[in-house]
Amino acid sequence: MNETSEVVLLKGNEAIAKAAYRYGYDGYFGYPITPQSEVLETLALDKPWETTGMVVLQAESEVASINMVYGGGASGKCVLTSSSSPGVALMQEGISYMAGAEIPGLIVNVGRGGPGLGTIQPGQADYHQAVYGGGNGDYHCIVLAPYSVQEMADHVGLAKELMFKWRNPVIILSDGVIGQMMEKVVLPPFHPRRTDEEVRQQCPWAANGRGKEGRRPNILTSLDLDPTRMETHNRHLSEKYKQMEQAEVRYEEYHTDDAEYIIVAYGCSARISMKAIDLLRHEGIKAGLLRPITLWPFPEQRLAELAEQCKAMLTVEASEGQMVRDVRYAVARRCPVAFYGRSGGMLPSPDEVYESLKGMLS
Amino acid sequence: MNNLVSPTYQVAGKPRLLNDNTMHYCPGCSHGVVHKLIAEIIEEMGVEDRTIGVNPVGCAVFACNYIDIDWVEAAHGRAPACASALNRMWPDHLVFTYQGDGDLACIGTGETIQALNRGENIAMIFINNAIYGMTGGQMAPTTLLGMKTATCPYGRQADLHGFPLHITDIAATLEGTCYVSRQAVDTVAHIRSAKRALRTAFENALNRRGASFVEIVSTCPSGWKMSPVKANQWMQENMFPYYPLGDLKNDK
Repeated sequence: MNETSEVVLLKGNEAIAKAAYRYGYDGYFGYPITPQSEVLETLALDKPWETTGMVVLQAESEVASINMVYGGGASGKCVLTSSSSPGVALMQEGISYMAGAEIPGLIVNVGRGGPGLGTIQPGQADYHQAVYGGGNGDYHCIVLAPYSVQEMADHVGLAKELMFKWRNPVIILSDGVIGQMMEKVVLPPFHPRRTDEEVRQQCPWAANGRGKEGRRPNILTSLDLDPTRMETHNRHLSEKYKQMEQAEVRYEEYHTDDAEYIIVAYGCSARISMKAIDLLRHEGIKAGLLRPITLWPFPEQRLAELAEQCKAMLTVEASEGQMVRDVRYAVARRCPVAFYGRSGGMLPSPDEVYESLKGMLS
Repeated sequence: MNNLVSPTYQVAGKPRLLNDNTMHYCPGCSHGVVHKLIAEIIEEMGVEDRTIGVNPVGCAVFACNYIDIDWVEAAHGRAPACASALNRMWPDHLVFTYQGDGDLACIGTGETIQALNRGENIAMIFINNAIYGMTGGQMAPTTLLGMKTATCPYGRQADLHGFPLHITDIAATLEGTCYVSRQAVDTVAHIRSAKRALRTAFENALNRRGASFVEIVSTCPSGWKMSPVKANQWMQENMFPYYPLGDLKNDK
């Protein structure tokens, strides 16, 4: 097996698949849906079960996929699923169960335009679903937003670390642009999968049999009919989320040092906005980009700081405006926050972003 | 008195894996007996170190409180998907689901049939009492024609509610299943037969022979609004003719 990293030209979806077995994931469960079917197809073609021992299973639905992830994660194994917007909508109950029972797992959403069946073209209209929780109850998932094929691969590794660190589901919220486009990517060296013994040691909470030592039974559940205990559990989760907000905020900045106008965008919109910023800079307009890498927890503090230094902000999304609410909340009227978006499979173009920001100059 | 219950005189006992938590099940309900059988079998097979149960949504959502093994509580109907992954992650483990009729044969029909058809090396235990017990006695997919429930108070009518679902018969037609059986726990003879069936299912799962499916035709005295004795009689007179006991499939 390859002990070193490898440089290849891949689609974002292929990078997710190859990163999964290279980072030592134990299982993938998924159902075909455009524009992410290459994840399952690549895994089927590469047959990791013959090399790393990773299990790959085509499920009968996204509902089954997420409940397979629930079961695999409940037993301490490192598992993932991938889908696109309507499929991820079907998974919301399972994600809520995972958050409630504190079960690790990775859900990749290669987003498309909605609502409903929407379109198979790219979209970023699942921000609310991912960040605010599309399922029932008080919970949060860590939400990672890759903006390149490289980050598609890297975030699979980061998600593995985070899901076990916090015993919490992690979502990679990508989009059809990043999933379908091809770029050079450095794939990581093969990380060996954890042995069953290592899983048992590192996840003493997991349901995988009481073992020869006959430890007390582990019960993974999100149910408690005693309201005082249920509230105690919810407060434990809230405390965990507060710690995650302290520890896990990630973002990247582009030309923000002297920026008078700051664009806030993630995923494909960040790529498009960078091009617009280059055009604006070429004309001497001091524009910069704040790119949240974690959509939850959200880089609120950094946005508040930047709002003190700039004249205005522009949020760019491939949606009718979802993240912009979080930007406005973080900025808290320190500066004006405008929005530009396209939806339904249409994308903001660099020219449109450029024009939109130029319209804000005064 | 102490002498009488000393191990020397004990001819029957509570299996070690069945703990002392007070069961929430109603008097006369079949769940308790089936729980005891499961605990006994796991103990006799000596596999509690590598057994994972998947409990459903429904009355048996608390099965995990009574049998001292590892459990994963699945979303409503999704136990077969959850169990599929558990066994694929831990292929030498005994993984079984324990589900009621609403969970297994209504909201989870898709997961049930697909997991069985994939030939997952798991055992599925299906408690069929023809009613939704936990939510207070509503119509189930297996509710008999003419049977009154909270949501068919004038009796189940085929033209209005459709027909009772023979999911066990469907299970027997699937190539992924190696063993399909319908049992009951109303008499000592039936309990012994049910135990043999459950043990067969668990051994099949451990020996990776494919999916096994054991239906237990069960009583729900509270949901049926009958005394425990009357419920057993009613089951024998009405349920058994419609859901006849015995093995439907046993690939040796």
